[in-house]
Amino acid sequence: MLELRKLNKGYANGRQVLADLDYVLEAGEFVAVMGDSGVGKSTLLNLIAGLDTADSGAILIDGVDIAGLSDEAATRLRRSHFGFVFQAFHVLPHLSLLQNVSLPLLLNAAPLERAQTMLEAVGLGTRSHDFPRQLSGGEMQRVAIARALVHRPRLVLADEPTGNLDPETAHEVLLLLRAELKASGASALMVTHSQAAAAMADRTVILSRDGLHPAPSA
Amino acid sequence: MSGSTATARQADGSGARLSSSSLSRWLLGGEWRAHPVRALVAIAAIALGVGLGFAIDLINGAAYTEFSAAVRSLSGQSDLQVRGAQPTFDESLFPKLVALPDVALASPVLEVDALVEGQRSPLKIIGMDVFRAARISPDLIGVPQGEKPFDLLADDALFLSPAAMTWLKVAAGDTVRLQVGTDTVGLRVAGGLVRARAGQRIGVMDLGAAQWRLGRLGQLSWIDLQLARGIDRAVFRRNLPARLAAPIVVTGIADQESRTDNMSRAYRVNLNVLALVALFTGAFLVFSTQALSVIRRRPQLALLRVIGVTRGQLLRQILLEGGLLGVAGAVLGLAGGYGIAATALHFFGGDLGGGYFPGVQPSVQFAPVSALIFFLLGTVIAVLGSLAPAWEAAHAPLAPALKSGSEDASLTRLGRAWPGLACLALGAVLTQAPPVANLPIFGYIAVALILIGGIALMPRLAALVFAGLARCWPARLGGALPMLSLGRLANAPNQASIALGGVLSSFSLMVAMAIMVSSFRVSVDDWLQHLLSADLYVRSAASGETGSLSPAQQQAIAALPGVQRADFLRSSLLSLDAAQPPVAIVARAVDIDDPAKALPLTEAVLTRDALRQGLQDGNALPAWISEAMVDLYRWSPGQTVQLAIGGRPHRFLIAGVWRDYARQSGAIQLRLADYQALTNDHQINDVALRLAPSVTPAQAIAALRRLPFGAVLAFAEPGDIRAISLKVFDRSFAVTYLLELVAIVIGLFGVAATFSAQTLARAREFGMLRHIGVTRRQILGLLAAEGGMLTAIGILAGFTIGFCISLILVFIVNPQSFHWTMQLHVPWLGLGTVAALLLASSAVTALVSGRVAVSGSALRAVREDW
Repeated sequence: MLELRKLNKGYANGRQVLADLDYVLEAGEFVAVMGDSGVGKSTLLNLIAGLDTADSGAILIDGVDIAGLSDEAATRLRRSHFGFVFQAFHVLPHLSLLQNVSLPLLLNAAPLERAQTMLEAVGLGTRSHDFPRQLSGGEMQRVAIARALVHRPRLVLADEPTGNLDPETAHEVLLLLRAELKASGASALMVTHSQAAAAMADRTVILSRDGLHPAPSA
Repeated sequence: MSGSTATARQADGSGARLSSSSLSRWLLGGEWRAHPVRALVAIAAIALGVGLGFAIDLINGAAYTEFSAAVRSLSGQSDLQVRGAQPTFDESLFPKLVALPDVALASPVLEVDALVEGQRSPLKIIGMDVFRAARISPDLIGVPQGEKPFDLLADDALFLSPAAMTWLKVAAGDTVRLQVGTDTVGLRVAGGLVRARAGQRIGVMDLGAAQWRLGRLGQLSWIDLQLARGIDRAVFRRNLPARLAAPIVVTGIADQESRTDNMSRAYRVNLNVLALVALFTGAFLVFSTQALSVIRRRPQLALLRVIGVTRGQLLRQILLEGGLLGVAGAVLGLAGGYGIAATALHFFGGDLGGGYFPGVQPSVQFAPVSALIFFLLGTVIAVLGSLAPAWEAAHAPLAPALKSGSEDASLTRLGRAWPGLACLALGAVLTQAPPVANLPIFGYIAVALILIGGIALMPRLAALVFAGLARCWPARLGGALPMLSLGRLANAPNQASIALGGVLSSFSLMVAMAIMVSSFRVSVDDWLQHLLSADLYVRSAASGETGSLSPAQQQAIAALPGVQRADFLRSSLLSLDAAQPPVAIVARAVDIDDPAKALPLTEAVLTRDALRQGLQDGNALPAWISEAMVDLYRWSPGQTVQLAIGGRPHRFLIAGVWRDYARQSGAIQLRLADYQALTNDHQINDVALRLAPSVTPAQAIAALRRLPFGAVLAFAEPGDIRAISLKVFDRSFAVTYLLELVAIVIGLFGVAATFSAQTLARAREFGMLRHIGVTRRQILGLLAAEGGMLTAIGILAGFTIGFCISLILVFIVNPQSFHWTMQLHVPWLGLGTVAALLLASSAVTALVSGRVAVSGSALRAVREDW
């Protein structure tokens, strides 16, 4: 589904974060990415999402290299193929929960009914007309998960999705994320520092200076 | 990608457009629900700018249209009018015109502004040959009472328009007393007119009777012509002066409209531009509202981009937000402007202080083209105000934008110096451009560019000043608060510059207008003091053209005990160009060796020797012209011109240029003896008396009153004339002051909105500070200090920019608009007071905004995403 070939990325200050990175993510696979701070985990997600550009190498989605896409084409690709979950939730504060979850459907000109279904799936079906300020952190992340999956994306990118949550809420949210990923058949890459979070994934890989490697078995 | 969702396949269809509009609505509704006051303030600012501009345009338009219609109504259905160069000419021209085969009908007319006993304003009296006028100007024919049809020809009958009857409080059968020379002539009100325009104050009588009764025997003002069929009007008009061998001016309806237009255009355009200044400050408010809104929503907007909103969609969305503020403001402004215009015209008439449209009673008419222009101006200016923030939001790098803390980086583009410097340079270049159609178009553009350039340089200025202050802050004074405030101002200069721009735009415009008006007022005052050097001024009549003093009466005045010297003055009009208003001819005693004693001369003057030599070589008489003549007719000292004084052209040498703030259409000063020799007109209008040291003006007035004709004389001391003149000056600038005030208030609104938005956006920062032990009072002190420092820098920069703009207004816009120059005068006290008020109000605004920001829980303040 996703293939990285000889991916290189350095910063303006000369620091090389990704060097000749190769990796293949299979369809329907849920993979956790771990690694030390500053090793380039978030940079990797940004490159895959087309939010940043690689210095060299290729990022193939279903065999098509996205590195050469224009901003417009990359945006349309994100719109239809990707879902995102962030550590800081990024739920729009002035839209209701239903409107927040409906955003990807609206952008894809799809029927909006599924937004309510997704809210019900994440346990917020009765609160669809509430606003984010009325929610706890865990509830906001549930809204973010519903929004990430509502348009049936092929790939979900999650950057520390439980970083702002207490362990109990984090566990609930990850259970939900896994269940919804499996229900939709989407692939997912989840960057995390948490062993507990990584344990919820199908497998875990470690990003280090010499590439992505499977995590040693616990 | 073959397995992509069905939703993706629909993304470019019509459904996408529908969905985009829903998304737009949601985002707009969410933003406005969350911050309704900010949106309302921006709408109000645009509405105020559009409303004032539209109202002024409607009022001026209505007054101009009505005044033109009233002027046109006097010409009736004539093809052309034949006039003399001076207000009247010899009636011997009439039979020559009648004899021309090209002329189907000629109708002679005498027009006189006569002073009515007991009134300050004159009544316009039209003398006509009723049989000829009935075919050209049927509306102006009198309607006699039932059994008196011959009143149309009676020598004592006057027919008045309804407005004139109401004004004079007379009806048919009453008597109206007019001052002619120093005598009084009684005329019987014989009836009304067939038709007159609302508010038009005119009286009509038989031509012969008018010539006799008003002391204009053998004189006509113009002759209306209807040409025979097939005659080419343009050819006839071009050839007529040569065919008649007389210095005549042939005019058409278009010339009359052009005269009215030329007379008032600069004033109307200047008022409109001033109204647009209010709109400009409104645009800045939209910019600051949108810029701060975009900064605040930076992570949200980045999220939208991440989940699939394209750059174009986001750009359109933010422009739409600004555009809708503009549309709402413009619609409200148009409605408000119409209401203001209707109210102003109903209660105050069409004169906005300039005095260009006397004697008309216009009513407001909705002007669709003008409404469309102001609607577009309001909308476009709001969209332009949103352009920079929208562009930034659409092009922000997404990964950093998703994180909070990068707000100031979002305005980095604003910090570039070259756009501001380019604006300033272009503005400076445009100050050298000539006027367009007698309007300082490039001057206005230069003012706008310098203002925009100044605002654009604010981020760089803020960074320089505050970084310098932060470095130089004495360590021994220490304290966390100075470090916090200076650190923020120095390291987030782009955000600071938005507030700075608001202060700068309102204060610089205020400084520029204050310096311009003050310079003008001081110049007029100095000019009056130079002109009013006598002890007492005597006029043959308070107004109108019929009052005058004969040579015997002049002698009687000069011979009065206590009168050391009497200087007599005769004023008249001379038409040099059919499309321009006539210029004033002022004849008075001028010493050729020392003309500066009588005239407020500029530096453009011939030396005594050059003048004497020029007069001798050119066989010419001396004339001194006002500054307007230089601009309008391109005359200059040393040049010889032909003037048709007394019905014949004569050569005059331009001896110098003098400053005249009374007549923007131009004036020419001649020596009284020359004028009398050329015209054989020995009547005079005004006398300037120098009294013996032992005689007071009151004693002199009493002596003058005892003269046989003393009862009709009008007297004024220099102090009175100066006071009245300055009162008229202030009245004519009243609308200017009002518009300036509105611009400042909108600017202050912008400052308040900016401070408020920035302070509220920093609630999280304040929450953190309170967590680490900073008290609420300290945070408020921090905000007041930041507000005060920003405003102080804004005031200094605003003064610099405002001073530069004032130079353009004083030395370019005014001379190109009104054809007079002035000396520069800076009202330091007034400016200092306003600066202090601005400083205090900004600090208070920052404090009030801060109270709201620190009023919530510190815990809640540091939370993300609410």
